Amino acid sequence: MKKTTTQAKKDSSQIDEEKRDFLFVTTAGLAIAGGAVTAVSLVNTMNPAKDVLALSTTEVDLSPVEEGQSLTVMWRGKPIFIRHRSQEEIDSASNVSIENLKHKATDDSRVENPKWLVVVGVCTHLGCVPLGQKIGDSKGEFGGWFCPCHGSHYDTSGRIRKGPAPLNLEVPPYKFVSDDIIKIG
Amino acid sequence: MSKDTEKKGITSWIDERLPVFTFINHNLRDYPTPKNLNYFWNFGSLAGVTLVIMIITGILLAMQYTADTDLAFDSVERIMRDVNNGWLLRYIHMNGASMFFIIVYIHIFRGLYYGSYKYPREILWMLGVVILLLMMATAFMGYVLPWGQMSFWGATVITNLFSAFPVVGDYIVTFLWGGFSVDNPTLTRFFVLHYLLPFAIVGVVALHLVALHQFGSNNPTGIDVKSDGDTIPFHPYYTVKDYFGLGVYLIIFAALVFFAPNFLGHPDNYIPANPLQTPAHIVPEWYFLPFYAILRAVPDKLMGVLLMFAAVAVLFLLPWLDKHRVRSAQFRPYYKQFYWLFFIDCMILGWVGAMPAEGIYVTISRAASIYYFAFFLIIMPILSRYEKIGELPSSISSAVLSDKFDKGTENYAK
Ligand code: HEM
Ligand code: FES
Repeated sequence: MKKTTTQAKKDSSQIDEEKRDFLFVTTAGLAIAGGAVTAVSLVNTMNPAKDVLALSTTEVDLSPVEEGQSLTVMWRGKPIFIRHRSQEEIDSASNVSIENLKHKATDDSRVENPKWLVVVGVCTHLGCVPLGQKIGDSKGEFGGWFCPCHGSHYDTSGRIRKGPAPLNLEVPPYKFVSDDIIKIG
Repeated sequence: MSKDTEKKGITSWIDERLPVFTFINHNLRDYPTPKNLNYFWNFGSLAGVTLVIMIITGILLAMQYTADTDLAFDSVERIMRDVNNGWLLRYIHMNGASMFFIIVYIHIFRGLYYGSYKYPREILWMLGVVILLLMMATAFMGYVLPWGQMSFWGATVITNLFSAFPVVGDYIVTFLWGGFSVDNPTLTRFFVLHYLLPFAIVGVVALHLVALHQFGSNNPTGIDVKSDGDTIPFHPYYTVKDYFGLGVYLIIFAALVFFAPNFLGHPDNYIPANPLQTPAHIVPEWYFLPFYAILRAVPDKLMGVLLMFAAVAVLFLLPWLDKHRVRSAQFRPYYKQFYWLFFIDCMILGWVGAMPAEGIYVTISRAASIYYFAFFLIIMPILSRYEKIGELPSSISSAVLSDKFDKGTENYAK
């Protein structure tokens, strides 16, 4: 028995601290790396799935929309406002002095073809859908859209002119695939 | 503010008011643990880790799953094909159920071998059996959710077990279904319960641990801790050992998930549920097979059902069926042999449970069922009275040391 205890004492004085540190650091390091990879893979399941991403383009036929009329379509679960603008609407949008705008952008930079304005119909304040698409809707003080939630007014280019919203209505990525058809997304 | 607080800062400030750090220290650090625990004592912590894995993957799956008979099957296929890493999520959860039962069955057989159910751990043991029952209910209902053929017919067969009871049977079954067959109301409630029960398990596990820490772990000799010399602090000795065991376990788990994810499943469950056609050969998941074998061994419907439930219920009575004063099978020459026979018997029951219920298999399942109950109800009480044992070591330390010296191993007195 006695021999055993002395032996144990001797052993403990011979502990190789460096080796222990190495083992500790490699073990903990690998465990943390493995845990992190697992956590990221699992949390990633909550990101948009393939079928959701597959729905992210929409084609729209513009031919039935007469001048002055509007069309609302869904894209990624959000309303897209498409307006066939009249000449007055185009003029009022392009004759504004950029300096007076809260979120500065020319009308030109917001359209592919001036006759057609395409914007995401989500108020940049807190996400309500502004009025102005339907006949009889209030179009706000600038003839574009009016958000009833907290009173934001958008002009005929979808730019914020008055009210709490900080930014213009977003222009979604889209292109004309033919004269009458656009592809959003 | 006390001096102490100023000295040690935030940790002790919190600890004085809410003693979480004392609690951790007491239960996971200094906690005195028998120094001779073998690897079978890893399985409790492995079960705990598996429970956490199941809850995390389950919650993430529930975010993608739809509990509706028209949509459930497709929503699971969507998880497999469209959801980012959805296949991984589902395969972990699916195989996790199997791993959970493997772990818990080993955990139970450990208790059975070393007499961990005896005084003063009777309630600890019974809480364990409650956990087992909750796990079975949870696993059964989880298996129904993908709404494949096996889901549907498994649900039909298992819920119909209750129709065996006279008079009330049919009412119970209609109640369970919420209708006149397994259908949408059944699926909806199974989903809710499948989500709920694991949290009930967490609660019972907490009680299980409170009961465990009342007297501490048993050990391979089954001899009580007599002095400080018999124990070592939980940390670092058993934290490291548990951690190592976890590494080995996760390697096996990952191998199953990545290389054989459907090995333990049934291909029929990839066919959408069809209430008009039963698959030719329906079998439960492997972890229910021994009990299923007992059900089929009995030629009477009610008796079969009762015996199947009794096969689990008898575990509750174990502390009173085996009253032999020695815990560990290590020192009980007869019990040890009957124990291993019982172990083999359970394997045989599992095997015949997967075979068709005809010919020789019926005979085997009957013999095996008889031994299953005889082990608990006849052999254990008889051994409690008559089994003679030799001299026990006086303490854990002396048992451990004499063991080392007897075998003449060099490493201790090198
Ligand atoms: C979710 C399932 C379970 C979890 C998380 C769990 C957890 C634990 C843990 C952490 C321990 C201490 C470590 C050990 O001794 O292995 C333990 C001990 C124990 N468990 Fe469980 N357990 C579970 C299920 C069961 C079941 C189903 C039974 C019996 C039917 C059971 C019976 C026991 C007994 C008797 C002990 C004390 C063993 C001894 O000290 O010798 N447990 N459990
Ligand atoms: S959300 Fe449109 S003004 Fe507030």
